Order: sequence, then structure tokens, then C-alpha cells
Amino acid sequence: MESFFSRYRNALVLITVLLAQVIGLAVQVRRPDPGEADKGGVRLIRSWVVGLVTPPERLLHGTGRGLRGLWTNYVDLIHVRQQNKALKSELDRVRLEEDSMAEDARQGQRLQGLLGFKEKYVYKTVAAQVIGTSGTEQSQVLLIDKGSKDGIRPDMPVITPDGIVGKTRDVFRHTSQVLEISDATSGAGVILEKTRIRGVLRGDTWGQPEIVNVSPDDRIQRGEAVLTSGGDAIYPRGLAVGTVDRVRPDPEGTLVNVLVKPSANLSKLEEVLVITSTGEEMPSEMQQDLTEAQQAEQKASDILAERLPSRVDPNAPVDQQQESEDDNAEEGAARPVKPPAALHPDRYTPSDTPPAADLVPGQKITDGQSQATSGSENGAENPPKAPANPESSAAPGTAAKPGKGKPATKPASNRTAKPKPKPAAPTAPGDQTAPGAQPPASQPTQNQPQATNPPATNPQATNAAPTTPSQTTSQSPQGGV
Amino acid sequence: MALMASSRREAGTKSFPLVIYVVVPLLALGLQSLLSLHFTRFDLVDLPLLVTIYYAITQREPVSGTLVGALIGIAQDALTHHALGIFGISKAVIGYMAASLGVRVDTDNHGTRLLLTFSFTLAQTVILWLLQRHMLGQPVAWHGFHELVRATVNALLAVVLFAVLDLTRRTEY
Repeated sequence: MESFFSRYRNALVLITVLLAQVIGLAVQVRRPDPGEADKGGVRLIRSWVVGLVTPPERLLHGTGRGLRGLWTNYVDLIHVRQQNKALKSELDRVRLEEDSMAEDARQGQRLQGLLGFKEKYVYKTVAAQVIGTSGTEQSQVLLIDKGSKDGIRPDMPVITPDGIVGKTRDVFRHTSQVLEISDATSGAGVILEKTRIRGVLRGDTWGQPEIVNVSPDDRIQRGEAVLTSGGDAIYPRGLAVGTVDRVRPDPEGTLVNVLVKPSANLSKLEEVLVITSTGEEMPSEMQQDLTEAQQAEQKASDILAERLPSRVDPNAPVDQQQESEDDNAEEGAARPVKPPAALHPDRYTPSDTPPAADLVPGQKITDGQSQATSGSENGAENPPKAPANPESSAAPGTAAKPGKGKPATKPASNRTAKPKPKPAAPTAPGDQTAPGAQPPASQPTQNQPQATNPPATNPQATNAAPTTPSQTTSQSPQGGV
Repeated sequence: MALMASSRREAGTKSFPLVIYVVVPLLALGLQSLLSLHFTRFDLVDLPLLVTIYYAITQREPVSGTLVGALIGIAQDALTHHALGIFGISKAVIGYMAASLGVRVDTDNHGTRLLLTFSFTLAQTVILWLLQRHMLGQPVAWHGFHELVRATVNALLAVVLFAVLDLTRRTEY
């Protein structure tokens, strides 16, 4: 017996070592989810190895980073001024874009609120340095220098400003493993931006992310953006993933796989962000940005209105003003809506409507009878005006008191010093009644947007008429009549 | 020196300071992890495999070759997200084979080292593929040309690396 063991000692040791590892493998692969973090002894072994390997990596990475920083921050400063100038101009452009997007964002929020959609906003992120990889092609794993001590937990999304990178897997005290989206065992719910085709993203055998088992669709084109769909309950919805690279048939069926070129450069990662907290309410910082963008938008439109050359000469006759405005409209110049001065104040003239406090329910106002009559005379030429306000058409006597009418010669530019943020397109000359033929008839037509818009449903109607702060204050209630 | 050594006595036994046994594998693991981050194609190289082969062929002890290979392989597994044991099994087998061959073959010859490393790299790839594909059921494809390139790169690097590591050993007769 002793001779048997001594004779086959080498082979027995090999068999024992292999058997022990095979049993260990069998125990480990019993886990239902291969992406799940390890527990128990396996985790302990990983922790020891990572604890031994990462300190030198951290040191080397820090040294290299310090040397690079020394070079880039103190030596290589050529063209910094030009770059700064270019960045400032780009910042101005981005601010303008932000202004235009703020309205879309608000609209999106309103619609999502109506639909009961629960958006996931990113509350808090932790910046981390990438200090290593798994070192093998079979495992697309990164090591970052933040761990449980920094609030990192398993299955947290890891992103860069360009796009998603992956999710945290095993988290140790000072280090974490990140499973990249290019790994064959990873999974992320994604959606194609234009075609709205949903799928699951994971890495192929070459380490390139692909959306697997997609129904063949000719609409899928190269270059189409791929976003996270939020369906995996890990990545927040709407994060950039990459672009469609090509479509290839699935070798195991009739479906196709869509290869994706990741937005984040997965082979050259230095810094990543770990999303440690998300929520359904918009974060305060984002709300503040939105408010600032709104204020900047209003300010920008104010400045734009002030800088625009005055197209209306207050001393010129009304006909000439109208012609001047028509000329500008033909040139295609964008301009805010400015109602012209009324020759004969009527019930549609801004500021002629009595304040709501002065009105009594059910009581007709007879003081403005002559104005209402003049307005009804023009009714044939302004058909939309009367039906838009049934109350006015049914009771013409509800028109404004004549004593509160404004002078007809008031400059139009003063009355519209604060135009709407998104001015409506100027009325086409062809839509207006020829000024020379019936000058008075054109005035109610110009006032039509204010009169026909029900104030209760269109709050902008009150913003179009008032100009000065005093007028705004005094006339706001009139819009509600 | 003859290419084929007739006995262990003729070939001689190489030993290393204890610190080398610990530091070199850790250094190989750390460099593999770090350099793959900065050089995309560095993952073709398998420094832990090269260290395993070197220890095995210079020690000429199948038991120690098996154990060293298993330990280095498990440590390499720990840096991945795979189950522990995939690289452990493959490197244990490679260590055993390299040590067994080291008894019979003159492993100081550069040509021999080149051929051995080329063969063992391919052998490890086959073992890994069998384990992952047929034992664990993972989606692993076989890329023949890619594996040949990998084996060639590792073999060429091994000649240089083994020469450097030779400087740290002491020969005992």
C-alpha cells in the first residue's frame, strides 16, 4: 500500500487537487444568477487576492497619474488661452440650447405626471478611479478604488459621461469589481432610440456588446442610438449605451443580434461614476438648473425684445406702421407678436375690459354699447371672433367700459415690451384685411388672438397684452373675464 | 548540454529564495491586471501562466508544479467574476505536465522553452474551453487563429521572461 502511494504520488496529488477544485466549482455554480455576488469562503478568497494585488496597483496608478498631472497642469499649457476662449463660446451656445430644452423638459415632466410614469433620477454618484482589470479576455471585469466604505453596494450602475460601463459585482471594503456590459454574462435592458425596439444587451465572445434575440427589422440602421430602457431595475432609464454597429443573424435561430458600439470607451477607462442613489423626484440641483434656465430664457427674450429695432414709429400713421410690419414679415425676420393700436377702442381692445371685481354676475354693462355695436359691425369680417367668446356674442353689452379704454395712438411697441418666450409666427399679409381698403377693419383682426383665446385655458393670453408692470398688474384680472 | 537530460541528477535542480516564490506570482498577477488596463491587447499575454510554467520546469517536481499552478490559477480566478477553480484546474494540469516534462527535457534551452510555452498555452486554452463550455455551460467560442497568435506571443515573451527569472535562481547539485 505504501509503495502504491509513493509510486503514484504525483498523479494522486494532481487528482486530489483537481477533484477538490471540481467540487468547489460545482458548489459555486449552484447559484441561480451568475452575475450575483459571491458569499462565504469564495468571497473571502477573492477579498484576500484583491487585497494583495490592488495596493501596488493603486500605488502605480497614483504615481502615473501624478506624473501625468504634473505634465499636463504645469508644463503642457500651450494653447490654453485659445482653448479657454473656445470653451467660453461653446458655453454660451450650450446655455442657449439649455434654454430651449428647459421648456421641453417641463413639458416632458407634465406629460409623465399625467401618465403616472415614475422617472428614475440620479441623486448621488461616487467618482472612482479604475485601477485594474481581470487581466483575461474571458472576464470583462474592472477594479475600482472605491468600496463598501464609500457607500458602494453590489449591482450599482457604473457610468461615464459618455455612457454606461457596467455594474458593480463583488464589493470589498476599499475596492470593487465592475462587470462591464461587454461581458458575456452581463445583462442590461436597452431600447433603440428611433425604432423603440427593446432588447437585452450583453457581450459576445469577442467582448463586443450586442442586443440579443431581436426580431429582424429593416428599420434598424447603423448609427442609431441605443439607450437604457430602465427595465432591468439597475440602470436608470435614458442613459446612453452606444450606437448600432451592425446587425448579424443569430446562429441559433431566425432572430438577429444587433452589435452595439459602446459610447463609453471601455478599453480606455480611467475614471467612472458609480450611481449610489436614485429616486423618483427630480433632484434639487436639477430643479435649480431648470429654474435658472427658465429665468435665463425670459431674460434672453427680454433682451432680444429691447435690442430689436423698433419697427413701429409712434408718430407715424397706423397704415404706415402696418406696411412696415408687413415688409418685415415678408423678409422672414422673426419678431414677437405686437398688437397694433386700435383706432376705435372696442370690447376686444386690451385694457378695455372692466376688472372682474367691477362685474356683477347676470348684469349687462350698457356703457360700452356703442363700442360693442362698432365691434359687431366688423363682425362680418371677423367671423372667428364672436364664436370664440359666446358670452360676448350673446350679450354684447358685456364689453368694456369706455372710460377705461386706452388711447388708440398708444405705441404698439410699448404695449408689447415683454413678448412671449416662443412668439407665434407673424400674421401673413394675405390673412389681413387690406389696410387701404378698410383701415378700421384690420384692427380687430390684429386683436383676434387676445379675444379668441379663452383666458382660463390659455394663460399666455394675459401675457400678450400687458406691457408695463403697472399694466400687467391692473390688467391681469381682466383677462379672466 | 544535451537537449534530452537522462536523469534529474544530470539536469540539476534549481531553487529560488522564498521571497521570489511569493513576490513573482503576485507581481505577475498585478502587472497582468494593470497592463491590460492601459494596453488593450495585453490580455493576449498570460503572465501567471508563464510563471507557472517556469516554476514547474525549473523545479522538476510534479507535486510542487501542481500546487503552484493551482494556487496561481485560483488567485487569477479571484480577479475575475468566474467561479474559483477554472484557471486553478487548468494551471494545475499545466504545472503537472510542465514539471513532468522538465524531468526529461533540457529546459534551459531557449528553443525548448519556446516550444513548451507555445504548447502549454494552447493546452491551457483547450482545458479552459472544455471546462467553460462543457462543464459550466458558458457561452465560449473557439477562435483558432486568435489562439495561435496568443500562443506565439506568450512563447516569445516566455523566452525573455525566463531569461530574466534565471537571474534569481541558484543551482544545486
